[in-house]
Amino acid sequence: MELSDLLASGLVEIAAASDAAALDQVRVRLLGKKGALTEQLKSLGALPSAERPAVGALINEAKNQLNEALTAQAQRLSAAAIAFELAAGAIDVSLPGRGLTPGALHPVTRTRLRIEEIFRRAGFAIAEGPEVEDDFHNFEALNIPAHHPARAMHDTFYFGDGRLLRTHTSPVQVRAMLTNSPPLRLIMPGRVYRCDSDQTHTPMFHQVEGLVIDRDISFAHLKSLLRRFVSEFFEKPLEIRLRPSYFPFTEPSAEVDCQCAFCEGRGCRVCKQTGWLEVLGCGVVHPNVLRNCGLDPEAWTGYAFGMGIERFAMLRYDVNDLRLFFENDLRFLAQFARA
Amino acid sequence: MKIALSWLREWVDLPTDSAVLAQALTMAGFEVEAQQAATVPFVGVVVAEVVSVEAHPEADKLRVCQVSIGGAERFTVVCGARNVRVGLKTPLATLGALLPGDVRISRAKLRGIESEGMLCSARELGLGDVPEGLLELPAESELGTDLRVALALDDTVFDINFTPNRGDALSVLGLAREVAVITGQALKMPEIDALPVTITDHVGVRVSCPSACATFAGRVIRGVNPKAQTPLWMRERLRRAGLRSLGPLVDVTNYVMLELGQPMHAYDLRQITDHIEVRMATPGESLRLLEGSEIALSDDMVVIADASAPLGLAGVMGGAKSGIAVDTTDVFLESAWFAPHAIAGRGRRFGILTDASSRFERGVDPTGAVRAMERATQLLVAMAGGQVGPLQVEHSAAHQPTPLAIELRPSYIRRLIGIDIESARVGRILTALGMRVDATATGWAVTPPAWRFDIAQEADLVEEVARIFGYNEIPEIDANLPQRPGHVPEGVIEGSRFSQRLVDLGFYEAINFTFVDPLWQRQLFPDARPLSVVNPISAELADMRVSLWPGLLKNLAENVRRQQSRVKLFEVGSRFIQQDTELKEINTISGLTWGAVWPEQWAVTPRTVDFYDLKAEVEALLCAAGETSDRFVAETLSCLHPGRSARIYREKQAIGWIGELHPEWVRLLDLNAAPVLFELDAQAISQALVPHAEELSRFPSVRRDLAVVVDEGCTFNELRESVTVTASSLLRDLTAFDVYRGKGVEIGRKSVALALIFQDKNRTLAEGDVEAVMRTIRARLQNDLRATFRD
Repeated sequence: MELSDLLASGLVEIAAASDAAALDQVRVRLLGKKGALTEQLKSLGALPSAERPAVGALINEAKNQLNEALTAQAQRLSAAAIAFELAAGAIDVSLPGRGLTPGALHPVTRTRLRIEEIFRRAGFAIAEGPEVEDDFHNFEALNIPAHHPARAMHDTFYFGDGRLLRTHTSPVQVRAMLTNSPPLRLIMPGRVYRCDSDQTHTPMFHQVEGLVIDRDISFAHLKSLLRRFVSEFFEKPLEIRLRPSYFPFTEPSAEVDCQCAFCEGRGCRVCKQTGWLEVLGCGVVHPNVLRNCGLDPEAWTGYAFGMGIERFAMLRYDVNDLRLFFENDLRFLAQFARA
Repeated sequence: MKIALSWLREWVDLPTDSAVLAQALTMAGFEVEAQQAATVPFVGVVVAEVVSVEAHPEADKLRVCQVSIGGAERFTVVCGARNVRVGLKTPLATLGALLPGDVRISRAKLRGIESEGMLCSARELGLGDVPEGLLELPAESELGTDLRVALALDDTVFDINFTPNRGDALSVLGLAREVAVITGQALKMPEIDALPVTITDHVGVRVSCPSACATFAGRVIRGVNPKAQTPLWMRERLRRAGLRSLGPLVDVTNYVMLELGQPMHAYDLRQITDHIEVRMATPGESLRLLEGSEIALSDDMVVIADASAPLGLAGVMGGAKSGIAVDTTDVFLESAWFAPHAIAGRGRRFGILTDASSRFERGVDPTGAVRAMERATQLLVAMAGGQVGPLQVEHSAAHQPTPLAIELRPSYIRRLIGIDIESARVGRILTALGMRVDATATGWAVTPPAWRFDIAQEADLVEEVARIFGYNEIPEIDANLPQRPGHVPEGVIEGSRFSQRLVDLGFYEAINFTFVDPLWQRQLFPDARPLSVVNPISAELADMRVSLWPGLLKNLAENVRRQQSRVKLFEVGSRFIQQDTELKEINTISGLTWGAVWPEQWAVTPRTVDFYDLKAEVEALLCAAGETSDRFVAETLSCLHPGRSARIYREKQAIGWIGELHPEWVRLLDLNAAPVLFELDAQAISQALVPHAEELSRFPSVRRDLAVVVDEGCTFNELRESVTVTASSLLRDLTAFDVYRGKGVEIGRKSVALALIFQDKNRTLAEGDVEAVMRTIRARLQNDLRATFRD
């Protein structure tokens, strides 16, 4: 066969090879030991020596072309094979993932951790204490002697032997002041108990209290801290207002209203059209409390504040019934699965 | 306390807008919780006079009246009230009038006679339910006047939440004093005249406990008309304050208490034997109170007694026997000052909180008893007549609290509230509050007025200054943080990290009350001695929990009832264990898992959770502490399956339990599969090791598998111990990858397939090294555990 025909038919055969094996057969037929082109090269010796270089160059040229075509076809075939394999292996990515789905922290815990974190970043440490307390830590040390009318504000659970369930986390403040020397900057979260149960009260609930004792800590510092706190908690700039109130353990004392986080003070259903939400109690630590805890009121001043975690959780997550927090209905808990 | 603005206005000028006043009071510490109209709205009711009364021809109980409203016109009105009579001034609802309850008055025939309107009772106008019959208006009422104008019904009532420290403000006088300070108005104190004494009758009074009763004022009044009615204006004021009218004698004492803040009491003179004695009760004495209950008195209670028995619990409530009766004409009035410490809490022991006790325990003005007595005398005689006996006063000056001067320093004001307040302003505020203010070298000496019981030290004065200055006028100041890096102990794992890990493992967090149903808990934990609440909110919440399981199992049952097919719950909190006399509050992490291992899905074979699923999750918590030697040892607990429970130990300390719920309980809870539970001591597992990095071996490891056939009773723990003790330091890891029973293994034996990984830090292990170790391991297993080996 003429070299040119050989080349042309060879290229056609290469292009027609549909898999690696067929392609290899083509290669053997053309370029193998007994291949057509190899035969041509072998026949070169029969030519006159003057013609040999030119013909030889032509044959080599054809051989190179065929080699290139073989390589290109091999790549094409392998790419097609991979593509076929991939297509065959395609899956439905919209099917759900396999295995476990995470659960959720309780909304009260979630709220507590957020409150703690906000205060930690302001340099507060966390302090905890027992839930079964005695009269001294829950009342006496906090300037609430026996028969004090303020005891009526704390419907207390008793065990009949002087012990009681703490009505607030303030006894942790007492313990902190008795065991540590100031300056103190503490947050005290925990469960507290009041003998009260209706639509808006549960006999157990959660509080976070804060205490700062230092050389010249004042009401003005407290105001600044609390306004910043509610703004951070609700993640919008909110004003607060302080109403004079009464707690035996602080003087001056105040109830803190923050601008309604829902209507930003314009008035809505949540704030009963007042524009304000009552969210905290606070005050300057009463000198009697400092004295009861071994601190000299002439040397130290401080402020304290307290809030109900459930109240904040309800406002933050639109929970409209306090009792949901203690029913542990998975359908309710699952709504807090977002990290 | 409820207070009508029309009454308050008699004592001090008020801003015209009640909302402004409410805001000002709230911001001064007297929270106005509600503002209400004094009466339900009604229209078309005027003052009328009955001109003639005739019998109704068709009905015995009805009368046909001619009624005038001032002009020439007469209205025919049919009326059934007994007190209708010629000359009576009473409200007429004219045709078209709209009364409370959406009652529209229209022309109507009553037994054949057309009525052109309706004469009204107090009840029909929403003005209280006493007295019965037509509302009798004062004779001087002007005919035709709209009743709302005539009775000043368009009035606002404030419901104010008084803090326990401000008993002094629990009256019209007290609140007016505060309003005067806040608004800068003058207090308009009405004159109270002493009526002339007309008789000499008196009752001997002895006070044997002057420290509890520093002042006792008494007076006999004879010949009070028992049929007299409390005038409408007083009834209205009492009603607006939330009190019912109970006849002139009781109404007067209530009225004076509301007006001046001085609780009073009226005794039926007939019931007083010989004399009055104010004394401490003797144990064993008892008293039947006005409201009906019989109470046992104790020696820390003050009683008002006569020669024979206690007549009343002082400052709390009078007794039934000496109370005012319908025919009482002669009375003994009491106006006394009882010390707060002598009254506080006494009534509460019997669940009684009265207007009197809530005032006395907060503190009543010790100088006000006589003024109140004169006021009551004046009102009573005007309303119901009577002869006035001499004023009797037993007074012990030594026991009357005298306010002492308190030092107030400008520097202290600054320390507590953060800013300086101008001296003149401080002086003005304190003076307006009735305090005597004297300048001293360092500031002021301030003497509070007698009525203030809440001013005992400098901080109390600072609060008063700040309160009137305005809390919201005090600026915000940022405190400088001390430059002190925080304490972050790495050897203690924060509790929230365990919670988060459980959440990541698919658990939901529950929060239960820490008091539980005693019956339920005692069945689960018969050996526990739980701490019991003396006054539980209900019988089902009476015992403190000794475990978190009672709560979680209840949650499980409820969620299964709500058709959940898979429940994974955990809780973190205290349990309460009594050991001898000591109570241990143990912070605990507990959880349970029940139902399908995985949420229902397309690509896994459904399976119910078992012990080992939960064990892996517990191990995930335990490993937070780092390399520890935790052991799960088969032990039994009454509420767990005896063959599927383990106690968990870290070193020698028991730190928790894990196990399947006892089949008995599974049946009781009506569950179709057993939940697996765990409980861990949170404190014990929070002690962590700080990680320590070891050099990595650069040499290859060698694995040898070993199928060990041992008795059923032989545990993996025993196998592991035997192997590790023998294996020298070359053994890097040991796991069980199969447990087989059946063909090739005798009954009562099992084959445990172990994978042993050997590695040396310094060299590649030779075949011979590993073989040598394997030989000793085999020998040891054979010897210790009667092990044989399968190929």
